[in-house]
Amino acid sequence: MTACHDVSAAPVAVAGIRRVALVGSPNAGKTSVFNHLTGLRAKTGNYPGVTVGRSVGTTKVDGVAIAVEDLPGTYSLDPISPDEQVVTDLLTGKYPDVDRPDALVLVADATTLRRSIMLVGQVLRLELPCLLALTMGDELTSRGGRIDVEALSTALGIPVAAVVAHRGSGIDGLRAQLASFERWQRPPILPPPGQEAIDAWGQSVLDAADYVAPQPDQRTRRIDKVLLHPLWGTVAFFVVMFCFFQVLFTIAAPLREGISDGLTWLGGPVAEHVGNPVIRGLLSQGIIGGVGTVLQFLPQIVLLFLLLALLENIGYMSRAAFLMDRIMAKTGLEGRAFVAMLSSFACAIPGIMATRTLPSSRDRIATIVSAPLMTCSARLPVYTLLVSLLVAPQMRWWGLSAQGATMFLLYLGGGTSSLIAALLVKSTILRGDLLPFTMELPPYRFPSPRVVLAAMWSAAKMFLRKAGTIILGTSLVLWALLNLPAREAQTRGLSSTDATAYVMNHSYAADLGRAVAPVFSPLGFDWRTDVALVGSLSAREVFVSTLGQVSAATHPENPREALATMTDDHGHRVFTAPTVIALMAYFMFALQCMSTIAVMRRETNSWRWPAFAFTYMFALAWVMAFVARSIAIGLGA
Amino acid sequence: MCTRPKGAHDQSSSVIVLAQLAPGQRATVVGTVPQANPKVANRLGQLGFRATARVDAIRRAPLGDPTIYRVHDTELCLRRREAQLIEIVPEADV
Repeated sequence: MTACHDVSAAPVAVAGIRRVALVGSPNAGKTSVFNHLTGLRAKTGNYPGVTVGRSVGTTKVDGVAIAVEDLPGTYSLDPISPDEQVVTDLLTGKYPDVDRPDALVLVADATTLRRSIMLVGQVLRLELPCLLALTMGDELTSRGGRIDVEALSTALGIPVAAVVAHRGSGIDGLRAQLASFERWQRPPILPPPGQEAIDAWGQSVLDAADYVAPQPDQRTRRIDKVLLHPLWGTVAFFVVMFCFFQVLFTIAAPLREGISDGLTWLGGPVAEHVGNPVIRGLLSQGIIGGVGTVLQFLPQIVLLFLLLALLENIGYMSRAAFLMDRIMAKTGLEGRAFVAMLSSFACAIPGIMATRTLPSSRDRIATIVSAPLMTCSARLPVYTLLVSLLVAPQMRWWGLSAQGATMFLLYLGGGTSSLIAALLVKSTILRGDLLPFTMELPPYRFPSPRVVLAAMWSAAKMFLRKAGTIILGTSLVLWALLNLPAREAQTRGLSSTDATAYVMNHSYAADLGRAVAPVFSPLGFDWRTDVALVGSLSAREVFVSTLGQVSAATHPENPREALATMTDDHGHRVFTAPTVIALMAYFMFALQCMSTIAVMRRETNSWRWPAFAFTYMFALAWVMAFVARSIAIGLGA
Repeated sequence: MCTRPKGAHDQSSSVIVLAQLAPGQRATVVGTVPQANPKVANRLGQLGFRATARVDAIRRAPLGDPTIYRVHDTELCLRRREAQLIEIVPEADV
């Protein structure tokens, strides 16, 4: 293994120790086995150069560490998608910069062995030391099937370990065998090449092992009768998705505020004890504020992954995808992308992270670059302010509150444009996916707490380590732009709101705002709006408070009054109806959130896709804002 | 795998594609249609849709697509696009 110190290229490489890789089809219990072997110490990242996720952990056998790698699930070694190509290349030693593993643990579900025996045959032909971990043996027996594990081992010519992955039984025995892979029995004769020959070989192996396939799971049949029923299934789906969304919105939001309040409280003593105003600002707003920006995403991410892992491990996720596939197919995506899109209504960051459940990397990228158009919760405060500037609260359209109707249109516009963007991306730059849509519907099972915990833990860890650092860094840069240079001499004797306004109006961000003013002046934005746009890159809702601060509003958090009467250098009112409409359009489309950019970078393993998304969304936002403003002016608004 | 085995010749009148199999019915796979992409045909075979395999159509999604099939002890769903590539003989005709 190459000792690679380039964090972005091979973040999970473990140098110098022996590597065992887990190979198996999706739903075989591979991740369960992996979590039991490695505990919560696994590192997740990407394979160099691709968007395919990689998990590597270590396990100790008699004090000796062995690296265990969880390869992406695959049905065969004849790749049909870039993700499967990674597995095949890795196992055949053709993957650039990643060595072939030293030994393989094949993970196969005993209840579907008639299908997975083909993969077993293909893997044995690789001539690496192999061990078969047979999962779900308990389920095989309870559903009236049987298998003779010892006879299977004899027929295959490799050791076979029976494990019950979700309970962890048999794992210690498996772990003990990992150290001695050089002494594992090797098959005397390799399985034959070619699909039909392997098929016949598999049949003879299963006959020798006295294999009887299980009966269909009756409990699953009964549950599916309700959950996939045309009417009740649809009702159940909406109930589940409603609860899912409610949890993200109503439980995560107060936690998010709690974190923000806690950090504000922490900033208090800092402000009291530090004399120098620049250092005080840097500590209390720059650093604590930046950490807050990172931490406030954690409740949503942890909750989302808790729910995703529960739904996935119970078996409902594939049912939801089955119900929604027809609708998602219209955008060129598949049913499983629905959850990521839905999560993006709360926040694009967990939405983007949820794309990991999609087996096709083209689908993942298409979802990632279109999800930020969904109306996330950070747009809500911005829209609330803009709507209040545009529409009077008592105004009614056909008996409906005009403010509510405007807000609804903004939400609808975001959702629709996101689906259109996915369709366009999938039918142009990401078209031509051969991978057929084949999704397994596993029997309903009780989720393993360990697997659920591991999913939450690794998502949180990955976000903090990989995206958190980028977000914190940019937060500090934005703080410096908005608050430097310090203007102590000039602000002496001013009230604190006037002082903040003075510093911001003469900050580097103000210079930047004036420099980019020609770009935004066709949209009617003045340079102070541009300063607030710069500030809103740290999070869209910051637009409101930054605008409040630059306009020296008495209540910077609710600057409606000050903004309604704000005038530019020539005495003209800034927030006229066409300009407010242009701002709404701009915020609907622009990727005004560097945390999203950081997570995109993390999930796609390159700056290419975040750059693409930022550019197309900016262009779209500018054009739409210009068009909306022109129409508004044309209509005499 | 890409073409029909010779044995199925005399039954060609009753050969239909999997997409035509109604939920609740059972059939035997004979192969894939000749115009199917070989890689896709190969994958469908590896998922269990290979000659002589029994396949049950379990249920169609409320919106009409995809459909859940049971093959080789697993339940999986295919869209009409892929189900049109698999040739079958319905059980009553076998």
